[in-house]
Order: sequence, then structure tokens, then C-alpha cells
Amino acid sequence: MTTKLFGERVQRREDLRLITGQGRYVDDLGHDALAAAFVRSPHAHARIRDIDVSAALDVDGLVAVYTWEDLPERVRDPLPLLIPHPALTHGRTAYPLARDIVRHVGEPVVMVVARDRYLAEDAAALIEVEYEFLKPVVGIEEAAQGAHLVHEDVPGNVGAHLVQEVPSAAGAGASEAIDAAPHTLAFRLDFERSASMPLEGRGVYARWDPDDQSLRVYSSTQTSTSVRMAIASKLGLPLPSVEVIAPDVGGGFGVKIVHPWPEEVLVPWAAMLLGQEVKWTEDRREHFISSAHERAQVQHVRVGFDDRGRVLGLDVTILHDHGAYTPYGIIVPIITATQLLGPYRVGAYRVEFSSIYTNTVQVTPYRGAGRPQGVFCMERTMDRIAAHLGLDRTEVRAANFIQPGDFPYDQGLIFQDGRPLIYDSGDYPESLRMLKELIGWDGFAELKARAAAEGRRIGLGLGCYVEGTGVGPYEGGHVQVTSDGRVHVSTGLTSQGQGHETVFAQIAATELGVPLEKVSVVTGDTRRFGYAVGTFASRAAVMSGNAIALACRKVRDKALRIAAEALEADPRDLEIEDGLVRVVGNPGASIPLATVAVLSNPLRYAFDEETKRATQFSGVSSMDRPPVAEGEEPGLEGRDYYSPIRSTFASGMHAAIVETDPDTAEIHILRYAVVHDCGRLINPMIVEGQIHGGVAQGVGGALYERMVYDGHGQLLNASFMDFLMPYATEVPFIETAHLETPSPLNPLGIKGAGEAGVIPVSAVIASAVEDAEGITIARMPISPSELHELRGLAAP
Amino acid sequence: MSEALHEITLTVNGVVREATVPGRRLLSDCLRRELGLTGTHVGCEHGVCGCCTVLLDGEPVRSCLTFAVSVDGHEITTVEGLSGPGGTLSPVQRAFSECHALQCGFCTPGFLCTATALLRDNPSPTDDEVIEGISGNLCRCTGYQNIVKAVHRAAELMGDEA
Repeated sequence: MTTKLFGERVQRREDLRLITGQGRYVDDLGHDALAAAFVRSPHAHARIRDIDVSAALDVDGLVAVYTWEDLPERVRDPLPLLIPHPALTHGRTAYPLARDIVRHVGEPVVMVVARDRYLAEDAAALIEVEYEFLKPVVGIEEAAQGAHLVHEDVPGNVGAHLVQEVPSAAGAGASEAIDAAPHTLAFRLDFERSASMPLEGRGVYARWDPDDQSLRVYSSTQTSTSVRMAIASKLGLPLPSVEVIAPDVGGGFGVKIVHPWPEEVLVPWAAMLLGQEVKWTEDRREHFISSAHERAQVQHVRVGFDDRGRVLGLDVTILHDHGAYTPYGIIVPIITATQLLGPYRVGAYRVEFSSIYTNTVQVTPYRGAGRPQGVFCMERTMDRIAAHLGLDRTEVRAANFIQPGDFPYDQGLIFQDGRPLIYDSGDYPESLRMLKELIGWDGFAELKARAAAEGRRIGLGLGCYVEGTGVGPYEGGHVQVTSDGRVHVSTGLTSQGQGHETVFAQIAATELGVPLEKVSVVTGDTRRFGYAVGTFASRAAVMSGNAIALACRKVRDKALRIAAEALEADPRDLEIEDGLVRVVGNPGASIPLATVAVLSNPLRYAFDEETKRATQFSGVSSMDRPPVAEGEEPGLEGRDYYSPIRSTFASGMHAAIVETDPDTAEIHILRYAVVHDCGRLINPMIVEGQIHGGVAQGVGGALYERMVYDGHGQLLNASFMDFLMPYATEVPFIETAHLETPSPLNPLGIKGAGEAGVIPVSAVIASAVEDAEGITIARMPISPSELHELRGLAAP
Repeated sequence: MSEALHEITLTVNGVVREATVPGRRLLSDCLRRELGLTGTHVGCEHGVCGCCTVLLDGEPVRSCLTFAVSVDGHEITTVEGLSGPGGTLSPVQRAFSECHALQCGFCTPGFLCTATALLRDNPSPTDDEVIEGISGNLCRCTGYQNIVKAVHRAAELMGDEA
């Protein structure tokens, strides 16, 4: 029997270097590199009158100062609009250094290069930029009124406007279906800004090699292949002369999928120009004011339903704040609009969003990427329907569930990958049953009454979601078995702590029948694999996992062919176990995979004892055909790609019990339960870790985190002192149960798990606080002072 | 104009190290740049996240809020110094790996140093004591559940070895 590592709680291969201080993050590299620092706009909206660098020129160790005017063609052009969309009629991106106008606090204006970062910041502080103030546009509804403009040529500040409508089975539009429904409700919901906030900020380190005219760039990115193509294009270099490596990356959560950031263009450009290594490491304040945020939306909901709570018509209008620029297109509001429907079948659905410019940091995906807002909208709607009808909240949800027999289920919308939103598999009734059991739903009323008798307020909430994961277009995998028996796996997408080195090794070891210790995995290094999309949308395991499995199957087939010849057996009678190819039922007849690798590469020259077997006088090669037969390649290696027809849909349901303090209005999470379905699990330990981390970020978003802009466009809480990320004291113990409904779309039957944990948390906490307090919750996050205010408003 | 430089001597991970630094050089930067010990990470530069935590004469401190010149003559332990002779992992290091208490690993050196000091002072902490003990360190990946588990596991491993 071959040891099956797929599905096991295998300890991580990444850990040893990370727990001994031997990780290699960008700032750990390039000890002698020059350091870059940036002068950034202190104003949200202003015209640059003059830049005076003269005072900086005396700083010891200064090497160079650049403004937009110093940049050559292409480098000076606006950054790319990564994901164009027909509805994005007024997409705008930033210049790498501001040209004439700054549109948010933190926009880079001047680049300084010096001997070290201290000196670069000294020089940056002495550069004087004269600004003419323009009216800042802050606040999504103010911006939507269009009284003042973020971009002079974008009327009404509207970057994009998109409507999707799915009529009912009877052909009624949403509005008609709602009007005809026995019950209707209309309400408004608000969701505030947060941000990915990885503990390592962004960073870029570039080495230009003048001898062979090549560039190597290390970037803390979620997509090294695409950064590479952008740099080659911007700098006019042949693609093969540029390599980009994502080394150890200290968290991404979405912000590092955006590219090329200004620094990813400017740092390599400066390194080339200066002929010296240059490095830039983002500091925390820079991260707050110049990297991306997410989440902020205002939603207007109208819903019609029957006596059982079945949704007959749903109409949602969304105002989405995308900040000052739209480099990532309108992916976030598209996801909100489409994933809003969750596990439900609704009668008729109409969704409309306007994506609006404001003079704030740009908005691009943060873990969950529009889903937390959509799920908040739908789950608040379900709770309101239940309250209106006096029904149990789980009953209303169950009445609307898509049933296990309904798959594949077409929601009739176009998803973020431009493909139909068709759910592949799932079992929502079972998921809800498991959740109710895990949290003790049916016994809660008694618990609540007992608590009330003691003067305590507790509440129970839940939230359900469906998450499209594993979006295309593709990923690839390369697998090579070398003559020492080691297996080298590479894939182009990157890692930011998800444990890819471990799970991809589990897949390869299982597919090839080799011990895990023999397998090594490289991700995000364009020297090893040049074709990739990147790590986002919970896609890495689905995309690269399947690509690596397919590549392994090619290698396995080849190994069996070669071994069959050597063993004079039928390949169909062979198996590989523990790195040994052998005839099933005849343990004596075997050949090590290492030897197969030797034989796969006909040699003229032996380089060690083992490889003598493959040389031309060794007698192994048949005289009847060329040493490398037609259609074959030397070497025991394989490359394959996985490109899905469309996304696969993971799902989950969370429940929480909260306690609210009657006096201080503090909110404590007493219990938190998760039922999670990501298809087949590769490594349950790692999946649970992903869920824990996601829920923690969700708790932050529900109770603590927000980006507070004042009317001038100043971010008032741009530090960890004031932007409150949860510590261990704020995150509850998370109880987890897994359901596995395999995806029929890919060979491994897996779905993504990376973002899941964060998605429903605001909806769950809102539901629980509402249950505890009997006050309608329509805005998240909620702080104790806000709850206190709501109590005041609700009091007679 | 050049800055005035200062000669300092630190005992880092048991080895006497000398460095020449300007007065404003942070201990975190001195460790990473002058001494080449890049295991100590900088996550916020204002003393909140705890990524840069090292042990100063055995006590956890934020190296990003400490000037290198101010610890001249003192002993520092960084994550690189937690392993035993021959690279044997410490119980805290082993427990973190065993319990999947790290993902991206950026905050991990700070947690390892913090937990090492915590367990030295309190070899069998309660759940609340563990949570309190690590509540000065931010982690954006793990949700802390497995870090808490790892600290308890480390206590167990240390108990077994004692």
C-alpha cells in the first residue's frame, strides 16, 4: 500500500526556517543595497505647484532624487488598469509619482535614494512641495452627489455602473415580484472600511546585473509572474532578462495582489539607472496611507417574501467606495453583487452598483473581497424576514436553501471571472443541521432565559455564505525527479503563509508514491516557473494543487513506462511505493525511482556511479529506435496546467453567542462555531488554521477595525495604536466542523479555503448582538459606544 | 555633514558583538543591519505589534523602541539564539511547529521570545495567563488559537524535560 499523505494533518515543511529566524523576507535580503524612501502627499486633493529639493542635496549619503518629470517614457505613464470591464467606463489609475495632482493622502510625489533608510528619510524630510489645495471628496454619499470631483474628467465621480437582473421563473422582474409579494421590507445597510494589514508591509529589492544586462527583483507580492511582465514592459526589457521572486512573504490577504505598485516599477528602474542594488521597505504609516483598503459600501435593500419567508423578489442598490483609483477594476463590487445570493434560491433578483471615486486610498480586494458585504446584506435580510414573520431564523434560511439535488445550480449571473455563476456542489441543509448541533441552537432559548434571570444579556446569531473559489484562468505545475531520487515541484503562484510547500508536497508525494521528505516545493519564483496568475480568491490549492497532481500523473506514467521496460513487465502491473517502482504482488521485482530518473535521460557522459547506467555502452538502450524516442523528452519530468471551466463553490455557516454588558455596552463573544465545506481536505490542520485566521480578521472587522477619514481626507487612525486589530484577548476559541462535498470540476475534488473564515463574521455578530439586545443592527462594525447610542435611540 | 558614531558592545545570543552606530539607530535595525540577524522583524515601528520582541537581559522588550546605544554592555537574545547547542529546537520552537502556531511566520520570532520568557517565569500557566502573556503581540494569520495551544504544549514539553 502506498502511503496516502493527501488528507493527513502533516506538519508544515515551512516551519523550521521560520521558527529559527532563518526566513527570507524581502527586507532580510540585500544587506548592502541603497535604500529608497518616498515623499508622500500630506493632502487628500491638491495641485502640485513646485517641488524644491535643494535642501536635501546636502544630506550625507544622498544618491538620487526623482520626481515625475525625471521619469522616462513608459515608466512615467499611469500604472496599468489590471482588469478592464465594459461597465468601468471611467477607470483611472495613478502615475507612479504624482503628476500635477495628488488625489489621496499618501500618494507618492518624490523618490529619494540614499545609502541607508535613515538618510533617505532625512533627505525626504527636507524636500519642500508647494501645493494648491483642491476640495477633497470624502464620504461615499457626498461623493455620489458629485458636487466636487476627484478626477476632473469623471462626472459625478462614477467610475462604473452595473446592473444585473435575473427574472423569476414566471418571468417577473424583481420590482414586480416584490410588489406582488405578500410581505415587503425596505432598509439601508452600511459597512465600513478595513484593510488587509499584513504584518509585513510591501517591499521591493532590485539587482541589475550590468554584465549580462539582466534584472532580478524580489517583491513581497502575491503575483511574481505578473509583476515580472509589468516590469519588463515598463522598463522595455526582454522578458527573459527579468526575473521576479516572491521570497517569504509576511502575509498578503489581498493587498499584495495589486501590481505593479509604484515602487515595483521605480525601484527596479532606479537600480538599473544607478547600476546599484536598491531596496524599499514599506513602513507601517506608509502601508496605512498608500496601500489599499476595502469593504466600504452603502446598500439599499428591498425584498418581497411569502408567509414562510421565501424570497420572491430582491432588489439591492449598492454604493461602493473605490477610493481615488481603480487599478483592480470593479472586481470587489462585482463579487458583492453576485455572491450576495449565498446558498439561496431567490425568486427574482436585481442588483445595481455604482462604484464611486473619493479622495482616499484605493480600494482593492482584502480577504473575502466584497463577500463580507454581500453576505452581510443577505443575512441581515434573512434575519429581518424572520423577525417580521416571527419565525426562527434558521427556518427562514432553510426555506430558501438550494437543495442538494439542485446542483449544478445556475444563479443566472455573470461572476468575477466573466463566466456564469453556476454552483458545482454543496449540501446546505446538512451544513445548517451540523451548525445547529455544534452551537446548540435548539437549546439556546433556555440558556438565554437563564442568563436573563441573572441580569445578563446573551444573543445567538448565524450567517451562511457561498464562496466562489479557484477562479481561472489557469495555473501550472512542474515536477522533476532527479537521479538522486528527489522530487522537485514548482508552481508559479506565490505563498504568504498558507502552507503551500506542505500541501503541494502532500499532493506530489501521494501521486508519485514517494516519501514526503523527498519532495521540495518552490512557489512564486519565475526562474522556476514562468506562467502563472497569482494567489488570491482562495485559488491556490484548487489551481496549483490540481496542476501539480496532473503533472505528477504525467511523470508517473513515464516512470512506469521506463520501469516496465527495465523490469520486463507490463506498466499496468506496476505500482510506486516509498520511491520504489515494483511489480504488484512481486516485491522482488523493483527499481528505485531514482534509477528510473537516470534511465530517462540517455547520457554520453557519466557524472557519478549511478549515472553510468544511462551511458551509451551500458547496453540498456534498444538499437531499434533513437535513444530519445519520438514524442519523448529526456528526463523524468512533467509539466501540466489546470484551467477550469469555471469557479468551484465552497460554502460554510457560522454561529456565535455574544454577551453584551448592560452598563458598558461591551460586546464579548462567548462561543464561535464554524461549519466549513471546501470539498476534499488536503490537510485539515492547515484548513483549520486558515479558518481561525479568517474568523479573527472577521472579528476585527465586526467589532474593532475601521479606517477613520475626516472631512479633509486625513486618515485619523493610521497606526496600530488607533486601528484596532484584535490581539489574543479579543479572538474567541473557534469550534470547527468539516463537511466534505467534493467538487466535480477538478481531479482532486477540492475547493478553496483561504478566505472563508472572514466572510460571514460581521453578519454573524450583527445577528447575535441584535438577538441579545432586541435592537436592529444595520451598520458594522459596531463599537460599545455605538451600541450604547443605539440603546438610547431605541429607548422609549 | 556626517553623524556622530558610537562604539557599542552587546552580548547577542551568547556571543560578544561590537557595532559602530549612530545614536538614533534602533536596536531592531542594529540587530538586522549591523549584526546581520534578520530573524527579528519590524512590523510597525511604534511598539504595538511585538514582531521585534527580543530578550534584553532575559526580559522581553520592543527592539523597535530601544536605541542600540542604550543597551551597550547588555545581553540580548533573539530568535536565532533560542535553539540549543547544535541547533536543537527549544520546546517553545518545537511546540509552535507541532501546533501549527504560525502561518506567514513574520510575527513568530516575537511570539517565540515572548513565550520563552513567559514560561521561564511561569512554567505552568493557565489559559488566561497564556492569553494575557501573549496579548502584547499581534498576529494577522492564525487567530491565536494555535499559539495559545502551542504555549501550553511548550509548557508540557519543558515539564517532560525538567
